[in-house]
Amino acid sequence: MAGRIKIRAQKKGELTEVKALMRHPMETGMRKDQAGESIPAHFITEVAVLHGDQTVMQAHWGAAVSANPFLGVRFQGGQAGDAVRVVWTDNQGGTGEGETTIR
Amino acid sequence: MRRQSDDAMTLYRFVMMIPRWWLLLMVVPALADEGIFDQYRDLMGDDNPAIFVIEEGEEFWVQSQGPSAATLEACDLGLGTGVTRGAYAQFPRYFADTDRVMDIETRLLYCMETLQGRDREVIAAKPYSLRGDFGTELEALVTWLAAESEGMTIAPEQAHPKERAMYAMGEEIFFYRAGPHDFSCATCHEQSNKRIRLQQLPNLTEHTEVAEAYGSWPAYRMSQGLVRTMGWRLQDCFRQQRWPGLIFGSEVSIALQTYMAVNAAGGVMTAPGLKR
Amino acid sequence: MNDTTKGRVSRRRLLNWAAALGALMTLPARAWATVSRPETAFDATALDQALMALGQTPTRHEGVIFTTPDIAENGAVVPIRVEVDQTVLPNVSKVSVLVEMNPNPLAAVFDIAPGTEVYIETRVKVAQTGNLYAVVESDGQLFMASRETKVTLGGCGG
Repeated sequence: MAGRIKIRAQKKGELTEVKALMRHPMETGMRKDQAGESIPAHFITEVAVLHGDQTVMQAHWGAAVSANPFLGVRFQGGQAGDAVRVVWTDNQGGTGEGETTIR
Repeated sequence: MRRQSDDAMTLYRFVMMIPRWWLLLMVVPALADEGIFDQYRDLMGDDNPAIFVIEEGEEFWVQSQGPSAATLEACDLGLGTGVTRGAYAQFPRYFADTDRVMDIETRLLYCMETLQGRDREVIAAKPYSLRGDFGTELEALVTWLAAESEGMTIAPEQAHPKERAMYAMGEEIFFYRAGPHDFSCATCHEQSNKRIRLQQLPNLTEHTEVAEAYGSWPAYRMSQGLVRTMGWRLQDCFRQQRWPGLIFGSEVSIALQTYMAVNAAGGVMTAPGLKR
Repeated sequence: MNDTTKGRVSRRRLLNWAAALGALMTLPARAWATVSRPETAFDATALDQALMALGQTPTRHEGVIFTTPDIAENGAVVPIRVEVDQTVLPNVSKVSVLVEMNPNPLAAVFDIAPGTEVYIETRVKVAQTGNLYAVVESDGQLFMASRETKVTLGGCGG
């Protein structure tokens, strides 16, 4: 279930607007479960947005980014039909990837 | 110049001396505004993480499980074998094969038991996510099925006597006062424009409000990072009323859902919603 | 929201930063951290500490356009937006977001590639009412804007 990404990439004038939603619990490590046991920290640490083979943006995240994270970015030079990808890796070695085309 | 800045300093000190509760008094009228969270919701946009749960639900539907290694595709949700489109909007409803009125959750359990050969009790023991969970199979299935009714009219059946009896029971429970606080469902939900802290409470006896409320569940709860179902919502209401725990799949749960669904009839399914 | 993919990374297409990212995804998280993650800043438990770890104390600048709600319905999800007036703050290479009252104030650092608009939207957790900061690196200098967001208690339990 984890690892999924939903991406929209839309051309808006000169800019391409990318909106991505990622499936991830983003556990801080500070919460306890119903039984009172600590829930281990589990969060995305690195995210990148790519337009074709160019990295548009790369981010380092802490556990303070909300569960099922949302990311919106804008870049110049995108054309309808170009591929846009979002990739991430988390503190437990998990990864996720999603791809769409600009419309 | 000197004089002016002294004045400014005095004013600053004076403002800083105003006790905090004074500021609170100034804030309260503003908080009473209807649109207090509009700016927040505008910034949130319409990107609802429930879309992942919808997808997961559809996958569970077609996944072979249980001793019979069967999928749920042969499950009859009231509109015929395997028909999912629009089925949610007509629950709760009477099923001849069980001779009782079922909500969508108990119907899914019935299908898991009869089609897949799974142990009903095992699933019923933990239908909803606990803190730290990332969604249960039942939550995912119900979310997907609700999405399969998105935009459709809420139209629960009231043809069978047992369906009408279920509504009557729901109505009675809705107004029944009990527990250490002498609370009923109606205590919080029979008036308009009331809230707990800053949360608006829907008036479930008023058609527009109950339609909007009923039609927006299941909903993604931002505070929990989870999609919650109407069955869960009712259990949580019982907890908040300090009533004994509402048993999953019980008549009381189905009766209250029937009461709401029938009051909401004619409204539109908008679920899965996005709620604080 | 339409396309979903999962599964293998097509390494053929990973160049530039992406090449590094692709390669690092196969390494343990710790190895990645030593390469580029501002670990000290993320570990900081006080705002001043976190800001210092980002390099220098930032100067307030109106060119940093920071949007947060005045009041959030839920602290677990507070939507934020960072933009920059690039006529006054050119060559932005980094955007950081900090939440004053969180156990670890630094929430995120975004490395912006040349040609990318400085426009970041995300959602962060805010432990309690307090200031949120957007720190922007422009021509090697740090500038910031701050906003107070009030966090309300939920009505019905959670």
